[in-house]
Amino acid sequence: MNEEQIKLAATAANLWFGRKQVLKNVSVAFPKNKITALIGPSGCGKSTLLRCFNRMHDLSNDVTIEGKFLLEGEDLYKGSLSATEVRRRIGMVFQQANPFPKSIYENINYGLKINDIPKEERQEIIEHALKESYIWDEVKDDLQKPATRLSGGQQQRLCIARAVALRPEVILMDEPCSALDPISTSKIEELILKLKKDYTIVIVTHNMQQAQRVADQTVFMYLGEIIEAGDTSQIFDEPGMELTKNYVQGHFG
Amino acid sequence: MKLAIREKTDKAARLIFRMTGLMVIAILAGIFLMLLWNTVAFFLKVRAFDFITGSQWDPSGNPANYGMLPLLMSTTLVTFGAMGIAIPLGIGTASFLSDYAGKKLKSVLKPAIEMLASVPSVAIGFLGIVVLGPGIAGITGQSNGLNALNGAVLLAIMSLPTIITVTQDALEGVPNTYKEASYSVGANRWQTLIQVTIPAAAPGILAAVMLGVGRAIGETMTVLMATGNTSAFPKGFFHSVRTMTATIAIEMGEVPYQTTHYYALFAVAAVLFLMTLLVNIVGEHFVNKYRKYQAS
Repeated sequence: MNEEQIKLAATAANLWFGRKQVLKNVSVAFPKNKITALIGPSGCGKSTLLRCFNRMHDLSNDVTIEGKFLLEGEDLYKGSLSATEVRRRIGMVFQQANPFPKSIYENINYGLKINDIPKEERQEIIEHALKESYIWDEVKDDLQKPATRLSGGQQQRLCIARAVALRPEVILMDEPCSALDPISTSKIEELILKLKKDYTIVIVTHNMQQAQRVADQTVFMYLGEIIEAGDTSQIFDEPGMELTKNYVQGHFG
Repeated sequence: MKLAIREKTDKAARLIFRMTGLMVIAILAGIFLMLLWNTVAFFLKVRAFDFITGSQWDPSGNPANYGMLPLLMSTTLVTFGAMGIAIPLGIGTASFLSDYAGKKLKSVLKPAIEMLASVPSVAIGFLGIVVLGPGIAGITGQSNGLNALNGAVLLAIMSLPTIITVTQDALEGVPNTYKEASYSVGANRWQTLIQVTIPAAAPGILAAVMLGVGRAIGETMTVLMATGNTSAFPKGFFHSVRTMTATIAIEMGEVPYQTTHYYALFAVAAVLFLMTLLVNIVGEHFVNKYRKYQAS
């Protein structure tokens, strides 16, 4: 990974929920304009790690975080960056599509409003974000329709549009397809591959095929530790560790 | 043998429970019929239109006047005043409890608010006479502070626990995923609360407000003690008023049995009943709507 430009990284990260340690000495780097998949069995800390990068843990009490989280070398937790600034620069798409109970238009407009983007520019940004997320053709006739009336796959693409509308540098995706049918899933995967040229993407997935289809790099986690990280083909075809091999071949999970 | 005894106790229990259930319905029906009967008796003597729109309540005058509009306006004035204070305060407190307060503070504040609900209304009325009344009098320069504002403040205090508790439940019922979505685009707590959480909880908050209104309209002792009880047409918050509930409580003890005046008080009670019923139905409607929304 060394020869590429590192966009996002964690070094010696530890995290506790109360007394329970969930991340153990995690160091990881995500290269710019690449898709990195985080894989590993449930409860291994993938989502927890993901949420460290956009400071989602700030919202819950009882969380202790150690170590460094860096966006292009800038510490996400110390210094001049506020949590809201971090979240604007690092967007997130959640496991359950979670559009606001508002219209399609308002769903994207909300983030623009929050970030003081002038009214005149919003219309164009919204249209562009919807086109970029390949949902424009399906919704352009009625942007005032409640977002909750879209199908699950459409809702998830709307959530991606909501994230890209803010031109983040990184998009974190927490199992974005786990609640979707195969057709919606393939649409989202196609979209993720197209977004790669503009964004750095980190995707948590339980789906081995999905990781192989979309990810350039793959990171395998187990019990809060990173076991192995490398090119996706290497992780799946010639894993260096026995544990990785057993997991990617479906012997446990 | 044993089986037969068990069968018998089961039958007896069923009979007892059915009777208690029926008794509640019978009592409710009895109250309603009594109210209706006496109200009809009143309307045989005084036209309903004059009763509702008349601007003078003077049952012992000659001729007697049974215009309940001043009472209706007094109740409305005090209730609106109370809600004007209690709604912002209640929603603010509930928001603080659900989104800002730490565990420790919450564990103190929550029981304190619930305890506020258990203060007897006569004690709150007492507070109005000895603390709030002189306070208002001191600020406005009036001889006493027993007026609509005094009653409104006290009623606001009394309806706060209901409004806070129901609003807090509504706010905490908003799915966490909405809040996370809002935070993930860079919103702070305040923006999330105002633009996402409160709109999503709106039906529940509306229900809270309706329940608070119901509490304020029906309250008797506090307003009786704090508002001065002048049965003139209310001129504003700094004037003494007499609500419908206070009128019934004051006059019922002295009125001769089955006179027009006696029937008139029942008619006032019937109007009051209709008002609280309406408010409760609207409130229930929103509570149910909120539940459905929660389930989906």
